[in-house]
Amino acid sequence: MTTKPALQPVIVGAGPAGIRAAQTLAAHGVRPVLIDEAARGGGQIYRRPPAHFKRTPATLYGTEAARATALHGTLDGLHAQIDYQPDSLVWNAQGGLLDVLHGPTQTTRTVPYGQLIVASGATDRVLPVPGWTLPGVYTLGGAQVALKFQGCAIGSRVVLMGTGPLLYLVAYQYAKAGAMVAAVLDTARFADQLAAVPAMLTQPAVFAKGVYYVGWLRAHGVPIHSGIRPVRVLGDGRVAGVVWADGAGREHTLSCDAVGFGYALRSETQLADLLGCRFAWAPMHRAHLPERDAAGRSSVRGVYLAGDGAGILGADAAEWAGELAALALLQDHGTAVDAARMQALQGQLHRLMRFRQGLERAFPFPTDWAAHAPDALVVCRCENITAGDLRACVRETGADEMNRLKALTRVGMGRCQGRSCGVAAAEILAQATGQPVERVGRLRGQAPIKPVPIHLQARQATDAGASA
Amino acid sequence: MSSSTPRTIKTDVAIVGGGIVGASAALALRRQGVDVVLLERDLCGSRSSGVNYGGVRRQGRPLSQLPLAQRAHEIWARLPALIGTDGEYQRTGHFKIARSEADMAALEHYAHLSRDFDLGIELISGERLRAQCPWLGGKAVGGSLCVDDGQANPRLVSPAFALAAQRAGAQIFERSPLTRIEHDGRQLFTLHSGTALEVSAPVVLNCAGAWAGAMAEQFGEPVPLRSGHPAMMVTEPLPYFMQWSLGVEGGGIYCRQVARGNLVLGGGSGFWLDGDRARSERSAIASLTVQAVELLPALKHAHFIRTWSGTEGYLPDRQPVLCKSRTTPGLIHGFGFAGAGFQIGPAVGEVLAELARDGHTSTPIDAFSLARFDTPPAPAAGATPTTTTAQAH
Repeated sequence: MTTKPALQPVIVGAGPAGIRAAQTLAAHGVRPVLIDEAARGGGQIYRRPPAHFKRTPATLYGTEAARATALHGTLDGLHAQIDYQPDSLVWNAQGGLLDVLHGPTQTTRTVPYGQLIVASGATDRVLPVPGWTLPGVYTLGGAQVALKFQGCAIGSRVVLMGTGPLLYLVAYQYAKAGAMVAAVLDTARFADQLAAVPAMLTQPAVFAKGVYYVGWLRAHGVPIHSGIRPVRVLGDGRVAGVVWADGAGREHTLSCDAVGFGYALRSETQLADLLGCRFAWAPMHRAHLPERDAAGRSSVRGVYLAGDGAGILGADAAEWAGELAALALLQDHGTAVDAARMQALQGQLHRLMRFRQGLERAFPFPTDWAAHAPDALVVCRCENITAGDLRACVRETGADEMNRLKALTRVGMGRCQGRSCGVAAAEILAQATGQPVERVGRLRGQAPIKPVPIHLQARQATDAGASA
Repeated sequence: MSSSTPRTIKTDVAIVGGGIVGASAALALRRQGVDVVLLERDLCGSRSSGVNYGGVRRQGRPLSQLPLAQRAHEIWARLPALIGTDGEYQRTGHFKIARSEADMAALEHYAHLSRDFDLGIELISGERLRAQCPWLGGKAVGGSLCVDDGQANPRLVSPAFALAAQRAGAQIFERSPLTRIEHDGRQLFTLHSGTALEVSAPVVLNCAGAWAGAMAEQFGEPVPLRSGHPAMMVTEPLPYFMQWSLGVEGGGIYCRQVARGNLVLGGGSGFWLDGDRARSERSAIASLTVQAVELLPALKHAHFIRTWSGTEGYLPDRQPVLCKSRTTPGLIHGFGFAGAGFQIGPAVGEVLAELARDGHTSTPIDAFSLARFDTPPAPAAGATPTTTTAQAH
């Protein structure tokens, strides 16, 4: 007699993908474990402020307030049906167990899983500029978190530069919040944005929002410069301004006391890596990403991928992908699911791809970044490794692969383990070796996913009992 | 390159494996003017030679290894001249801690046994230790210091040997796994790396580490080689406080602090992930964290930022195989260093070069012959593993 093993789904990440996955499982009578690094669910995009924070969702999330509120409401309403574990960092995975660090108590425990939905989200894609290690320089995501979570701006006269939709959103949010936005400096050309219009119109509502932000910024006198190249952040001990070059190569100086910068987002893929998922180069994302089928199944049986952690598609797509992955999980376990709903979700995600390609057209990755990075530019700030150090290593040793470059130079060997500097190091390596960036490979994943206190207090019980 | 005609090369010596052993053999041969081709399946020094703990230690080795270790000690002293980098090699001292009187007695015994080799071992009492090393946890009752032992950065040293060999004229082919090897029965080997490369040589050095068993077996010398995976961990950089590389009598944990400030810790085992990768076991990570704080209370508030593992070849007696083949003239083995090959690697390379060129070496290596596995048929079914593939734990 064979009995089907009990469904034991664990979801990692309580952002849009993780919450919709939890909701879907709960709706089918399954009680998932939902593990989240943050204290309150919502993910980065709908990050919730501390409990006694006074600002309203409308001020915090602007046009996304309704979605944010809906998602938060979903999670709050699920508490009785799921085992929700906030403040919990999944830092390792091995043999059907996740190692989970509980932040406030600094204890670690193991959480068993039979099925796992990885909704690990994304962080900023960073391409350094000389001066970026000065106090007062933030990533765009960091600048946004400061506003949403701490309720403060990164400075009183702020320059936002880089490219991607977040550039305009953060500018809008900062200006709305009363900060002086000295300029928006976009590496994409206006012509890129024009060329992308047909694809962007496949999501007219989202497109309209983008147009609205730009229009609003212009109407409120915020200078927007396209087709620029950041040259350096100025300052002696703290940010005093930025120098940027226009399309004709002329340099301009602008004074400011803070800089937010970034080049869209990059997926957090370490957990998928530790789980043994197969990776492949994803040209649109300019990254090696875990492979998945249309419903989110990874190459590892029982492991599902959803949301920006598996490829940057944004919050709405993350909600659909979370629901879809949960349905696929249930289906694989023999539970009857609404096949039409799965089809519909897949269709929605598929249609979004056109728009996503449009975004890539509108805000292309600055592929010439490495060529312009001076030798003195610090690429890895944990270990103080410069672009020149990396190039010298290539010259002297013939290193042509990321793990070898790391071993020989210490790039990516600090606390961030390449999460922040990996993108830039790969670009430098590709340029220095004359290879396309996909050929330089990716850094090997190893535990812990983030630094973990060595004085680990092991909590004996696994959570199998806790959720019963 | 989709050419179906392989590149063919004739050479004096072909080396399989670009770890510290194979690469230093290549360098030693080139320094003697011998033509060398080296095949490495991945990148030179990227496997256990490049991801190990980095201990450069003679203390604690079996006496049989001390002649090799002494020879290596002398090579390490002139590392920059030899390979063009110091590889962060420093004679910081290797201190072996006793956590009980019995452990202390064992360390005294070793110091006595090894006295003919003049390792310069100094026994240190508990009282003096506490005065000298206030950072050491309360468990140490004393220990044994080998002041001229030290540490180095394996990530830098092992690839540097390969680079030095290449500069000296060795032809090194990375990402070139050995896919087939034949011997014509008289005096010539032909080595194939896929359809891309064909190397013929009268002498072949088997330096393939944990993967060396297949070749030995093909030439009629099956070895009980198994794979092992050490668990390693590194902390964030901390203020520099510990010069010595530390070991513990009886094993369990070893650690050192690099000049940058990070502590590198090892102990326990990892597991095999696939042909290319290994990781630290959860239980090893847990055990390392507990022991680390016990040994060095200053680590209490530190974070560890990474764990890793690699794949090493182990023989049942934890001694290497370093000998000429008894079945096939021209074949010479040098593998199975059981997690302790980094320090002696450069000397093993020289010995292999001597065996390849002269047929003999001045360094005693009889203890490392394959003959030691020529046991008469065991009366009961033996538990000796014969597999040469890596095993997951």
